[in-house]
Amino acid sequence: MSTSESRFNLYHYAAPQAFYPVAGKLAPVFAVIALVLTTVGLWISFFKAPTDAVQGEVYRIIFIHVPAAWMSMFVFLVMAFWSAIGLAMNTRLSALMAQALAPTGAMFCFVALWTGALWGRPTWGAYWVWDARLTSQLLLLFLYLGYMALVAAIDDPRRRDKAGAILCLVGAVNVPIIYFSVKWWNTLHQGASVSLTKAPSMATIMLSGMLVMAFAAWAYTIAVALYRVRVLILERERHADWVRGELARLGEAN
Amino acid sequence: MIWESWNAFLEMGGAAQFVWGSYGVTVLLIVAELVLLRSRRVHSTRRLSRLIRAGQGRKLPEVQGS
Amino acid sequence: MSAFSAILRRDMLLAWRSRADLLISLAFFVIVGCLFPFGVGAEPNQLRAIGPGVLWVAALLSCLLSLHRLFAQDHQDGTLEQMLLSPDPTVLWILAKVLAHWLTTAVPLLLITPLMALLFDLDGGAIRVLTASLAIGTPILSLIGAVGAALTLGLRGGGALLALLILPLFVPVLIFGAGSVDAYLAGTGASAHMLLLGGGVLGALALSPIACAAALRISTE
Repeated sequence: MSTSESRFNLYHYAAPQAFYPVAGKLAPVFAVIALVLTTVGLWISFFKAPTDAVQGEVYRIIFIHVPAAWMSMFVFLVMAFWSAIGLAMNTRLSALMAQALAPTGAMFCFVALWTGALWGRPTWGAYWVWDARLTSQLLLLFLYLGYMALVAAIDDPRRRDKAGAILCLVGAVNVPIIYFSVKWWNTLHQGASVSLTKAPSMATIMLSGMLVMAFAAWAYTIAVALYRVRVLILERERHADWVRGELARLGEAN
Repeated sequence: MIWESWNAFLEMGGAAQFVWGSYGVTVLLIVAELVLLRSRRVHSTRRLSRLIRAGQGRKLPEVQGS
Repeated sequence: MSAFSAILRRDMLLAWRSRADLLISLAFFVIVGCLFPFGVGAEPNQLRAIGPGVLWVAALLSCLLSLHRLFAQDHQDGTLEQMLLSPDPTVLWILAKVLAHWLTTAVPLLLITPLMALLFDLDGGAIRVLTASLAIGTPILSLIGAVGAALTLGLRGGGALLALLILPLFVPVLIFGAGSVDAYLAGTGASAHMLLLGGGVLGALALSPIACAAALRISTE
């Protein structure tokens, strides 16, 4: 790995030692961006977006529900991307990135389910319907939990990285299959009586609120993943000299 | 300003439990994630420092980076 | 090809010698199927409605029960590493092992399915469709399950972990398998479901041995 350091810049940052300080510098930046975007997004969601003509105020759940659902799916794709890179190029950092992203993705997945249930009660009359989207989201949560459980169960770091990567890729191949099969099953069983996102004319202000919140979720995810990957790097590289130096520095700071 | 009063804002047109239930749990989960992350960081740096101090006299097993 | 048949024969023989294990997963299938009427009531119409789904879920759980043994024995006595080192293509003997697993666990289950279906008052046509859907669908379970079994090889809490990893992946198979009988009963014909299941078998045949081989290499490293 270290042989290609000078050839290409990205390879240089693929080394955990080189990435650690970069992550440390970037994480607070993204944290600030997340904070600012969340503030703006919440302000739009609650004070700018008008009351919905059909649903009343309940629809304001959309400003976290949809970004959380998007984020949970996207994070899984990013994890699959890092897993593929990790398997193909044998870089340690990629697997660590996937592992750092998983808990945040699972959290967003749960948030999407929870807010979906709370939104479903007043609009559909039930906390849970076996709607294609909700059901796929639930299965996605199981995939996240499976990944995290597998990674937690393996002690050997090399095996942990690679087994997690394979599971992540297998899951990613299956996500579209699961989605379409559930959708098919759903239309067979209860018809298209439930439609969640087909708001006929979503006001621009609502859309912009949703987008701002989505970007906030992005920034939050990046920031948390960077903070988490720093801890993972320290744990993984504990035998390296630079980690000792870093730990000594942290010890003084505490 | 689309809200007539703070109370109207808090009532959310009668959907307070659903809207605030959603936002509340989201905030709770985010705070929980951050607290867990922080405690993991503190614990693992302490543990690693202890390990290194304990192994200072002896030579640590030679583990080549990868 | 000789490696394929040698492994297949060996695994079948081993399975035969420990046939008590096979009977256990078969008995599990029967008992799970029999539990449902106690839980949901023995009203014939209701039983007919839930029968295919219940039998499919029971088959899925019974398959899961035997999956963690797929590589465990070979892993313990070191045979697995020998096979990984052998010049024979890894994918080939993995397929042989998966086929042996399917023949020893799914085929007995297929044979007993018509009897179980009678408990749920399914008619002859529905029983044929159900058995056919199980015959086409269970190879997918064995193939996907093999990847999970390879990933969790030798881990603590292996069985429960295996269930958590692969049950979500079984959902499409369950949907199309149980759905085929519903479609038949609804008069739309089950051919679409059967074709999708067949496509699933081909896809799983192409991808899962590769993933399984990679997982085995990692787990035995």
